[in-house]
Amino acid sequence: MTHLQELEAESIHIIREVAAEFDNPVMLYSIGKDSSVMLHLARKAFAPGKPPFPLLHVDTTWKFREMIAFRNRMAKEAGMELLVHTNQDGVAANINPFDHGSAKYTDIMKTQALKQALDLYGFDAAFGGARRDEEKSRAKERVYSFRDRFHRWDPKNQRPELWNLYNGRINKGESIRVFPLSNWTELDIWQYIYLQNIEIVPLYYADERPVVERDGMLIMVDDERLPLAEGEQPMQQSVRFRTLGCYPLTGAVPSTAKTLPEIIQEMLVARTSERSGRAIDHDESGSMEKKKREGYF
Amino acid sequence: MSYEAPEIDNIEDYLRQHETKDMLRFITCGSVDDGKSTLIGRLLHDSKVIFEDQLAAITKDSTRHGTTGEAVDLALLVDGLQSEREQGITIDVAYRFFATDHRKYIIADTPGHEQYTRNMATGASTAQVAILLIDARYGVQVQTRRHSFICSLLGIRHFIIAINKMDLVEYSQARYDEIREEYASFVAALNVPDVRYVPMSALTGDNVVHASTNMPWFQGEPLLTLLDHMPVQRDAKLDTLRLPVQYVNRPNLDFRGYCGTLAAGVVKPGMPVRALPSGKTSTVKAIVTWEGEQAEALAGQAITLTLNDEIDISRGDMLVAADDAVTLGHAFMAHVVWMHDQPLQTGKTYDFKLGTTFTSGQVTEIVHQIDVNTLAQHAAEDLPLNGIALCRVQLTRAVAFDPYDACKATGSLIVVDRLSNVTVGAGMVVSEAEPVKGGKSLPPVTAESRARRLGQQAARLVVSGPDQQLLAGQLERVLFAAGALPVVVGGDEDVLAERLQAAGLLVIQPGEADGARRLQILCGARDIALSSLEAENGAAAETVLAALREHHILG
Repeated sequence: MTHLQELEAESIHIIREVAAEFDNPVMLYSIGKDSSVMLHLARKAFAPGKPPFPLLHVDTTWKFREMIAFRNRMAKEAGMELLVHTNQDGVAANINPFDHGSAKYTDIMKTQALKQALDLYGFDAAFGGARRDEEKSRAKERVYSFRDRFHRWDPKNQRPELWNLYNGRINKGESIRVFPLSNWTELDIWQYIYLQNIEIVPLYYADERPVVERDGMLIMVDDERLPLAEGEQPMQQSVRFRTLGCYPLTGAVPSTAKTLPEIIQEMLVARTSERSGRAIDHDESGSMEKKKREGYF
Repeated sequence: MSYEAPEIDNIEDYLRQHETKDMLRFITCGSVDDGKSTLIGRLLHDSKVIFEDQLAAITKDSTRHGTTGEAVDLALLVDGLQSEREQGITIDVAYRFFATDHRKYIIADTPGHEQYTRNMATGASTAQVAILLIDARYGVQVQTRRHSFICSLLGIRHFIIAINKMDLVEYSQARYDEIREEYASFVAALNVPDVRYVPMSALTGDNVVHASTNMPWFQGEPLLTLLDHMPVQRDAKLDTLRLPVQYVNRPNLDFRGYCGTLAAGVVKPGMPVRALPSGKTSTVKAIVTWEGEQAEALAGQAITLTLNDEIDISRGDMLVAADDAVTLGHAFMAHVVWMHDQPLQTGKTYDFKLGTTFTSGQVTEIVHQIDVNTLAQHAAEDLPLNGIALCRVQLTRAVAFDPYDACKATGSLIVVDRLSNVTVGAGMVVSEAEPVKGGKSLPPVTAESRARRLGQQAARLVVSGPDQQLLAGQLERVLFAAGALPVVVGGDEDVLAERLQAAGLLVIQPGEADGARRLQILCGARDIALSSLEAENGAAAETVLAALREHHILG
């Protein structure tokens, strides 16, 4: 078996194990390339049937418009139920990335919103598309990551995880976050997308887009809500995105890569890791570990 | 071979080449002092998986936590959690990734401290190769032996002995040869067919990625070249079909697929298969995938099978070749690694996950505990955290299994505490259960344990009066039908009656033939008399049954 076949088999095994062992699993669907691969693997795992769980998208209301359109279309194509949850308290308080800073905004509109949704539907297992190569604290996280009834991760008290014998035993109110892509790297993901011809949001491909420069990051002006400084003019520039999140917090990179091989080529010579395009990880060294303890994915 | 940023002339050619790579998982063993983190940092750094922003972050951190002064501390690349950085030690297994032109690698980076045998076993469980670091200044240490033993126990058959810090012994060939000989004589006792040696310095990079110019006497290859080219045994030794059924896929009434990851062997349409434990047989109709039907499936693939007959198969069952003799049993011998502060207790009920099935059971005997430092075996009453022992495991349900050595996927298990739900141990099946020896470690069989097993208190029922023989026989049938274990003995067989009662049975014995129909129940210190029983035997037996239940002699 090639490395991609081995990774695929491992992920499918994990996804099936969760479907068999849990009463009420859900797949967190963030619309990004990793989510696209995860969804593809879930569809393969249960072919010719459909995956026996719904998709859940935590919508901060600040996602790129193209992401939302793509999300709706993919859920329909997969024939899966799509649940969308937004923290309405946050909306009522007009929480946004400009006035409240990325840390507070992320906590309220992403972490708290996710916890609300998991509690609302009573999910006992939630798939996420995180990979261990993304960030230091993820390197130590289990495939089955136990969360207490407050959704907290305790890095010092993780269950041993041997072979592919995952332990999904929980008490009521507790849950497991499941990471079927744990052992994939960014290059594996791109190669697999290429080989399997998996559809991804067009924002990953270079195109002329209106951007402004903020703190060294190119931010796309996706709608009229982005406040422009006096005299600030969006410039049309050929850019693409290496990761997708909330548009005011996601930096674009100048690029002319319009095909998958071109994207992969660009990635191979890139000298910065992909999360550096996200403002939320810049706050402090170890910030991801802190966020995860509080219930972030 | 180049590990510089790839020069890509034709990206599509590059992608095609990289699609055919295989994957290798290895574990690195050694303490912080052996330079393990430095080695991993160097592999990641020299194979160019470290991005500039990560390098910038550790350059910043080097001044805060680093131990290398001005130079960038490569070890900081692999120190994960904040709490670990503060303590300067690694507490948990971490997984790292890098790739060369030949292979994709997953490193299980495990701490070397004695108390973390648990983590080492975890990392070793999925590894095909172990890299064991030895500090050239100190040679083979107790921990080297410990790590070697744990890796061999977890089934790793390829070892690379990295004799590190050669720069601190003046790149001495004599020192290298000495350590190599010492280790070779030790490792001969372990089941490791492939052992290779490399003299290196992780700090300076000698013989890690690039061949060392400081050690021209060494004719072998640098570590990464070894890894790239060593043939690795990845499949199970077992070559006949094992498919633990993971999930039954029934999207509609016309489709019934059995999903699972092929643990061993090959499967093709038309092949006769048998389901365990039921023993029912059928033939494979198709291997169904997203892409369409497949002509065959190999070990390691996650597949869906359909069968030509509708037989009852559910999650936890195993599909095997129809003519294969597979071990199906309630008990087996296994090496158990204990992973929890609360010691393993014999006789306590735990849940065991084997393949795709959870079954309750117990460790009925600790045959011997193994000292991981000396490999000496000794008797043990219980098994503490990080202890390893050969145990007899008894399950409440028959399961199909293989020796771990023949097939990891059908010979491995985890032990889960039923109250806390935590994984408290892991096991590797050695063989079918041996008959229980009356060893010192085995608790004596008591009246209580018999009572628990049989669901009854041992008692003697003395039947007197007319037709006593007939009533005794009737009583035996009625009690047996009610789930009890009764036996009738002769009126003069008092010694036998006592022996059988001591074995936990309900002993029925005819008493005096004259007088009224009556029954005497002797159970421990209790002496219960039932006088004036019904004349009809069936009714009389029901009365006795009711009395036994009333007095909690029967459950």
